[in-house]
Amino acid sequence: MNSNPLLSVEELTVCFDTFAGEVKAVDTISFQVYPGEAIGIVGESGCGKSVTAHSIMQLIPTPPGRYAKGKILFGKDDLLQKSEADMAKIRGNDISIIFQDAMTSLNPVLTIGMQIGESLQLHQHMNKQDAYARAVEMLRLVGIPSPEERIKEYPHQFSGGMRQRVMIAMALSCNPKLLIADEPTTALDVTIQAQILDLMKDLQGKLNTAIILISHDLGAIASLCSRVIVMYAGKIAEAGTAIDIFHQPQHPYTWGLLQSLPRIDMMQKQKLAIIPGQPPDLLSPPTGCPFHPRCPHAMSICQEHYPETTVLTKGHMVHCWLQHPDAPKPNREVTA
Amino acid sequence: MEQTALLEVRNLKKYFITDTDFFGRPASYLKAVDDVSFSIEKGKTLGLVGESGCGKSTTGKTILQLYKPTAGEILFHGKNINHLMEEKKLRREMQMIFQDPYASLNPRMTVSDIVGEPLDIHKLASYGERKERILTLLQMVGLNAEHMSRFPHEFSGGQQQRIGIARALAVEPSFLICDEPISALDVSIQAQVVNLLERLQDELELTYLFIAHDLAMVKHISDRVAVMYLGKIVELADSIELYRRPQHPYTKALLSAIPIPDPLAEVKRQRIPLTGDVPSPLNPPAGCRFSSRCPHVMDICSEQEPLLQDIGAGHLAACHLIQKR
Repeated sequence: MNSNPLLSVEELTVCFDTFAGEVKAVDTISFQVYPGEAIGIVGESGCGKSVTAHSIMQLIPTPPGRYAKGKILFGKDDLLQKSEADMAKIRGNDISIIFQDAMTSLNPVLTIGMQIGESLQLHQHMNKQDAYARAVEMLRLVGIPSPEERIKEYPHQFSGGMRQRVMIAMALSCNPKLLIADEPTTALDVTIQAQILDLMKDLQGKLNTAIILISHDLGAIASLCSRVIVMYAGKIAEAGTAIDIFHQPQHPYTWGLLQSLPRIDMMQKQKLAIIPGQPPDLLSPPTGCPFHPRCPHAMSICQEHYPETTVLTKGHMVHCWLQHPDAPKPNREVTA
Repeated sequence: MEQTALLEVRNLKKYFITDTDFFGRPASYLKAVDDVSFSIEKGKTLGLVGESGCGKSTTGKTILQLYKPTAGEILFHGKNINHLMEEKKLRREMQMIFQDPYASLNPRMTVSDIVGEPLDIHKLASYGERKERILTLLQMVGLNAEHMSRFPHEFSGGQQQRIGIARALAVEPSFLICDEPISALDVSIQAQVVNLLERLQDELELTYLFIAHDLAMVKHISDRVAVMYLGKIVELADSIELYRRPQHPYTKALLSAIPIPDPLAEVKRQRIPLTGDVPSPLNPPAGCRFSSRCPHVMDICSEQEPLLQDIGAGHLAACHLIQKR
């Protein structure tokens, strides 16, 4: 991780102007993605994880969306300053995205081969024959049997898992440096989900592509990602290595998320812990820390001020007053 | 098994006609549920798991007589319900909670009308009692009086599911079919609804058929679990037993496919990869339906269909591998 970050998001704020008022879907978030690593963004629906991903690809319609603040540095260039024509050159070539629903992301009236070949002809300036040969090779790479025949077929002739494989083949065909996977396995069955996660893990090793995996499934994140960002109400609640987040979580929201999941490898009956209440309405977010109305450890300062960043160890940071350097701590030497 | 079963399903079949010949006679069938048998004791929960298209929802809807069964018997309190009971009487005993909470609530009705409608249909409350009864039901699921005059769109997904549960409980049923009640909800809300269902089961002595594809949640809530594959039950056992000692290769593969939210456990997890997709139920493989994807497939598997048999302590499995022992 000594190299320069591939992608650096700095204090990004994305607002949506609605009739009911302004919604801050993403609020001052910063993170880095290094070449070849897989990072996961977890959070509940409406926490801003998809908006973050779509902002990187500049897929937010403006208006009603608005990039209020911040930078998205890809290499040295700020993606937010790019023109639409420049972005079109980056999308699919340097950065690719795969979506949750592969059926609606594929064009139903074009063959699979034409759709994969299109980006190759456009970005890599390949001729039709080369693009076709490369498309066959990509389909073989993602594990589609008899690719020479399947390449002539249409999306409806593929099953859900196969369509997601086609999407991955298409996204990776130009050897992008960064792949954004927005809930890629949510619509799939468990056994197919495992196949797709294995495939992504395998390809990440082979092609050295950096991956941003967006999911609400903590299991999927744990199996693929080395670093994890936990988002809540448009803000980063906690970020750290997968071991930090799953074994030493420091934010009460992360505790709650992990405790509310039953685990398949636990053999005794557990009682599920719950996070009371509902995720906040972003039209009128709570003052201070957005999690305080649901937090079992909320203090009066939580209602007034948003907690500043507390860096615990290298790479592990949390936004919570409980972890603030001035917060009282148990004397670990005595208890140990 | 000394207790009598509240619900017993014997050789239930539901075939959908997919094609008819020139004379309008059925020419081909989709065998959505094919010879399924199980029983649920009073106050217990049976989990029904499987991949999409395996017939788990059809099984639930056929029990509720939303579909007419093609063959087989459904015994409720020991009585065959396809003939003896009239439908309205049956609905007082059996209710259903649906997957999509918003789609299952009428957007033009207020919460008190939604929850009150079953009371009106079954004439369970007089005009004076009605409001009080609705309030009791709402409080039972964690909502209160101020929610009564609101419309479904004003609620979050978890609250909408609570309204659906209150509506199902209005007729004081003894049996609830929960068809993927939590899969549309956020992680932190799922646990709330599951805990609510567990609390209600204790308080009201409810019996559940819990249909889901989330195996970790099914393990948590169920006493017994049935695994379905292409319209058949391939394994049925007590929940802890099934997860600790799965016998059928499909169950093993299914359990091994679930990612564990722990990176250290993830490294150690042994996956049993399943190749390919679920075959079309229109044209299932001959013999054992899992034979086309099974890692231990033998010659006999494509010729003869394995029968569901007891391998001890109420653990049932349908596989030729087990018969050989």
